[in-house]
Amino acid sequence: MMKRLTGIFGCLSLALLFAFTLPVNGGYKVGDKVADFSLQNAIDDQWVSLASYGDVKGYIVVFTCNTCPYSVMYEDRLIELHNTYAPQGFPVVAINPNDPGIKPGDSYAAMKERADSKGFTFKYLFDAEQTVFPAFGATRTPHVFLLDKKKVVRYIGAIDNNAQNASAADKPYVAQAIEALKNGDDPNPDFTKAIGCTIKVKS
Amino acid sequence: MHLLLSLFIAVVPIWSDPPAERANGEIKVVDFKGLQKHLDQYGDKTLVINFWATWCVPCVRELPYFEQATEYYADQGVEVILVSLDFSKQIETRLKPFLAKHELKSHVVLLDDPDANAWIDKVSPEWSGAIPATLIRKNGVEAFYEKSFHSFDELKEIIQPFIKS
Repeated sequence: MMKRLTGIFGCLSLALLFAFTLPVNGGYKVGDKVADFSLQNAIDDQWVSLASYGDVKGYIVVFTCNTCPYSVMYEDRLIELHNTYAPQGFPVVAINPNDPGIKPGDSYAAMKERADSKGFTFKYLFDAEQTVFPAFGATRTPHVFLLDKKKVVRYIGAIDNNAQNASAADKPYVAQAIEALKNGDDPNPDFTKAIGCTIKVKS
Repeated sequence: MHLLLSLFIAVVPIWSDPPAERANGEIKVVDFKGLQKHLDQYGDKTLVINFWATWCVPCVRELPYFEQATEYYADQGVEVILVSLDFSKQIETRLKPFLAKHELKSHVVLLDDPDANAWIDKVSPEWSGAIPATLIRKNGVEAFYEKSFHSFDELKEIIQPFIKS
């Protein structure tokens, strides 16, 4: 009897544990319209909003940073994406969401240096108040949100399916999603997951 | 005699003594299928599975609490498995020196499976892919945490329900 009670108690406490640890699924889902924002570009100190891009067909919004090895592995691929797709109306909009208090290597000054040494051709914005990444629901770097012309989210996830080896990646998710949008189709898949670094949040 | 000895070594269960499995400095490298198989070998034990990497600062910061758990629960059917997501190119240059320096007592395996989108949901649909992340499981009951632990007590709190049940 006692044992059974203990068992029931155990199950109950497990159930309680789960009840209080369910994740808060904030942020945009595919199909949601994004609210515009205004962030400073570390490359030229200009304030940038989605509207400031003018007449484009979409936006490759990517939360990324200087310090996460996964972000670093994708830098060249981001440059390539921008160089290929910006002329077709889909610029890369890179946003660093990290708090430099926790990650000094992700400071505004460090962003400038990184953009300069890597020759970023896209804008590299700083989410200094840490308000934009929670609105999107970004949880890691790198984390892509592909928006269409109307600022509606059409794809969320990874850049491709092999972080460590670009030449072995055989599913270029973002490029495929853009091609789908160009053809008036829905991206498939429209959501993928990847390993990445946590976003460093001011405590 | 040598044959007998090597046979004996071959059948020593992987969970016998964590540091022993790395005695020769080697590290087990698995793809996701291999990881599942590896974990299944622990049977009905409570598994505390932590996804980490040497380059991940919050991961390294919470490692001591997982090491404490290995010691604290040594006689209570709990196994702590540190699943490293270090890059395959850095096993020799980063992971092995790290393990040697810190003399980790918990089990360590390296998960080398690039198509993360194919397996992250199999660890937990709740996981976005950021590390550190921790999964506790026993007999089909699971609890998943995409978060950092800031004390051993905080970690103990989520392991304890699995001990009572």
